[in-house]
Amino acid sequence: MEPKNIIVEKRGKVGIITLNRPAVKNALNTQLMQELVDALKNFEQDSDVNAVVITGSSQFFSSGADIREMAEKGVSETYLSGLSEYWQSVAHFKKPLIAAVNGYAYGGGLELVMACDIVVCSEDAKFAQPEIKLGIMPGAGGTQRLPRIVGKHRALEMILTGEPISAQEAYMLGLVNKVVPQDAVKDEALRIAELIAEKAPVAVRAAKEAVVKGLDMGVEEGLAFERSLFSLLFGTQDQKEGMKAFIEKRKPEFKGR
Amino acid sequence: MTKLEYHNVLYSIEEGIATITLNRPNVLNAVNNQMSEELQAALKRANEDTNVRVIVLTGAGRGFCAGEDLSELLEERKSGNVDLRKRLVWKYNPIVTQIWNSTKPTVCSINGVAAGAGASFALACDIKIASEKASFVMAFTRVGLVPDSGMSFLLPRLIGYTRAIEAIYLADTIDAKKAEALGLVNRVVPHEELESQTKELAKRLATGPTKAFALAKRALIFGLSHTLEETLEYESLTQGVAAKTQDHIEGVSAFIEKRKPNFTGR
Repeated sequence: MEPKNIIVEKRGKVGIITLNRPAVKNALNTQLMQELVDALKNFEQDSDVNAVVITGSSQFFSSGADIREMAEKGVSETYLSGLSEYWQSVAHFKKPLIAAVNGYAYGGGLELVMACDIVVCSEDAKFAQPEIKLGIMPGAGGTQRLPRIVGKHRALEMILTGEPISAQEAYMLGLVNKVVPQDAVKDEALRIAELIAEKAPVAVRAAKEAVVKGLDMGVEEGLAFERSLFSLLFGTQDQKEGMKAFIEKRKPEFKGR
Repeated sequence: MTKLEYHNVLYSIEEGIATITLNRPNVLNAVNNQMSEELQAALKRANEDTNVRVIVLTGAGRGFCAGEDLSELLEERKSGNVDLRKRLVWKYNPIVTQIWNSTKPTVCSINGVAAGAGASFALACDIKIASEKASFVMAFTRVGLVPDSGMSFLLPRLIGYTRAIEAIYLADTIDAKKAEALGLVNRVVPHEELESQTKELAKRLATGPTKAFALAKRALIFGLSHTLEETLEYESLTQGVAAKTQDHIEGVSAFIEKRKPNFTGR
């Protein structure tokens, strides 16, 4: 089925997902999340795609959850809604996810950004967890991911006041990798995605897994996990090719095996 | 506020030039609360209107802008505490950032005295064209306050620390001639020619490559507070964007065809 709320494209080895509900500033309703998860699933199975860029429009990445959809919900409805599984699917996506943020990434929009691996944003980008202003709190990873990225105190300031931070602040906090001029955001995200996409896919996936899963482990456990993944890569053809190419001073040709 | 009728600010668009005129001439265009709101709305409108390709800021009557309306401030003080910090945040700071961050060339046509926050507004514009009757007063310390509305940022960047701190300490009136010598303004023109010369300049800017102008402005501002290496990267990013504009294609075609380019701002 053709997605209605996102645009899905491929450029070379990079998949591109553009959030596309301009009338509601890309609010993340159930339908959009379903389409996003489906698109990611397809990219995961597509061996031609080695990295994925998620972006919004030139004015906003996403204004967050669809408040109209949530306003009348009760406890059990909220607790039992499948939304958390959608978010899990995004967070567990195995290929590198690069967020290209223009304008606002608020609430669920910021949580989506934090579920990505690398973030490029425009100079006028703004980030916030404004849920507290609506009498709720972040519910799609904000309270867990934000402090792990920016630290407890800065995370609590954002979560408890609901006030936005600028691109420059986000950069200083390590919430974004790079701040670039408006209109250059998507190109810069694609450039980074292409750099990754030309690397050995198995190694890229293992490295991402080591970092993401390792963050939730103790150092000893994490190091052991790293060691086993590292060793595993010596069973790939790409490892042989990569090292051979290095010795022969030529560009490697990775096959993804 | 999106209403088209303002009282303390006049707004007009002609040939891609949005002219915003501060309009409280009997008090040298001192900024009361209403004027601040209207000026913010007018700047927002000019920034968002894709037909606008240059913004001109000027004042009606003898003065450009006398800064804070002290009589209004005193009135408010009588009826309770005035929090100057909060006042700056809503009343002045948005105006300065709207001018400084505008994606269009901004021209300040300084027709008379520019004092306090009024001087900040003028300095935040890209190009300052002053009447010989214009003057600047960094009046803040005269009333025991500190520079605000971006003056602490703008002044040392425009004229250097040594001259900036002197202007702040002494708060002497800087006449048009001195302002030109300091590099506070681009040029001084005879008073009766201010309007026509402003218009001529604005017309040139309004028919230029608007997107390239915006990117160039961002890069210059970026360079003010970054290293050469960082700025080189920034330039390469903005050049990548500029290279995709219609005006770039048009500029190159015009060069090859040995004709004047017809830039559309796209």
